[in-house]
Amino acid sequence: MDFSNFLAMRHEIILLAITLLLIVAEVFIPQNKKQSIVHLAILLFGLHTIVGFLPIMETNLFGGMFRTNGLIHFFKNILNLGVFILLLQSADWLRAKIFSQNKGTEFFILLFSSLLGMYFMISSGDFLMFYLGLELSTLPVAALAAYETTNRRSSEAGIKLILSSALASGVSLFGISMLYATSGSIYFENIIQIIASTDLTILGMILFFAGLAFKISLVPFHFWTADVYEGAPISVASYLSVISKGAAVFILMILLFTVLKPLMHVWENLIYLVAVLTMFIGNLFALRQQNMKRFLAFSSIAQAGFILLGLIAGTQLGTATIVYFVLIYVFSNLAAFGVVQAISLETGKEDINDYEGLYRTNPNLSLVMMLALFSLAGIPPVAGFFGKFFLFTAAASEGYYLLVFIAVVNVTISLYYYLIVVRAMFLRKSDNPIPFFKNRIYMRLGLLITVIGILVLGLYSPLYDYIYELSGIFN
Amino acid sequence: MIPGISIYEILTVTSILFFIGLYGFITRKNLISILISIELILNASVINFVVINKYLYPDMLQGVVFSLFIIAVAAAETALAVSIIIGLYRQISSVEVKEIETMKH
Repeated sequence: MDFSNFLAMRHEIILLAITLLLIVAEVFIPQNKKQSIVHLAILLFGLHTIVGFLPIMETNLFGGMFRTNGLIHFFKNILNLGVFILLLQSADWLRAKIFSQNKGTEFFILLFSSLLGMYFMISSGDFLMFYLGLELSTLPVAALAAYETTNRRSSEAGIKLILSSALASGVSLFGISMLYATSGSIYFENIIQIIASTDLTILGMILFFAGLAFKISLVPFHFWTADVYEGAPISVASYLSVISKGAAVFILMILLFTVLKPLMHVWENLIYLVAVLTMFIGNLFALRQQNMKRFLAFSSIAQAGFILLGLIAGTQLGTATIVYFVLIYVFSNLAAFGVVQAISLETGKEDINDYEGLYRTNPNLSLVMMLALFSLAGIPPVAGFFGKFFLFTAAASEGYYLLVFIAVVNVTISLYYYLIVVRAMFLRKSDNPIPFFKNRIYMRLGLLITVIGILVLGLYSPLYDYIYELSGIFN
Repeated sequence: MIPGISIYEILTVTSILFFIGLYGFITRKNLISILISIELILNASVINFVVINKYLYPDMLQGVVFSLFIIAVAAAETALAVSIIIGLYRQISSVEVKEIETMKH
């Protein structure tokens, strides 16, 4: 028997091995040395991230249930990079708050299990694998959201997340059962050949779309987002807003562009409506937020609305721009959440008003925050501008001029509330500013990587060409 | 297959079950009842898969296998939700929805 095919599952196998190794380490490392697990986990995951960049062959395994190709491989690397930065940023929080309660290792185990679920979800070749990956990626995050068991808000966030996501996956399953009824198979390859635009198929697709829209927090399904982000620990909130959202966008894109392509005349109307609603509601609600985490929650809803512009194009250009935008979004949003994390850990302050006069006391942190917000808003020199610009190009090239106009109006609205934070940091004076503090090495490294990403990604154009080349697979 | 009953009757029942679950999720005021409503939705899809497999595509077992996995995952989901509810109950001595509204707007 030839086992070399299993090398195509390299990401999954290595991550599973790391998770199991951490469980063993939890048992054998004595109580007074438990803190070293943080170093171990970051080291192992860093190695995993580097090994992940090695090239991989294009294969289908297990009768087509698991498939991988260049673009999927590249996207797994983006997720790896995001989780690695997230681990660096949350190391200090874990050591200060969580290891004293003797439950630090579980954080890594749950986080890695969830990442494993995302790997399986984005390389799934049939609906069963997709469903199992979706659940494996959601359930550990709900446990993580309720992680600070002494904090009432954290438990509330956990219960809200698990109930909403269970409802979403239930609705999604009902849709999948309808798609199964019309096509007689749960394999994507078979469905592509049979699927036709009947009423039952369209209903199934809309129910299925609702389930995934829940994970991306598109507008009619966004109610859990702000509450969960506010209550959950900041690392978990940033995981939800960056990694979880990115993976869900990617699999939704693959499914819409390949399996559900014959229904494009239906889903383009659906996405048009949802995109307009998402952008407007995300932006308008972000205007009135006082808490930094809720503010970032609504800003991430609005960003998801912009991503839909690439989705509606439905071409190779659309695929490439979505992947490129998600890559930039990972860096920008992780930088913003990292600064919020650092300040919250040091002082416990999370409101926008508390950031007044931050530039006088902590110039480095406020510069990182400014770059992150500029990138999220899309101001030219930084990477976020190019991401948005390409997305708008993709939508415009298919003739959606009105939608692009609405998106540009929304960029203007978003500029206002991102600049509110920048103004509070740089122009306002405060009687009681956040005192100067020095970050530990891991947090500094985490913020440094994000800053490099924000500054370099927009200007290094071969990267975009590379992504565009890879994206040819799905069209 | 059940003699005398066509697929239409069973699919009607599962659709009704699905919408009862959806209605219950929106209107119930108790976290445990909400969990039960979600179980109704999941069970509606399980029955759907089994029935569609049995009536329309009896030569393959994809739907039946899918339903087994759904049952297992639903059990895991319920276990996790109940454990979070118990954690919440230790802090506020209540499982009512109106008690978990400290975060709003």
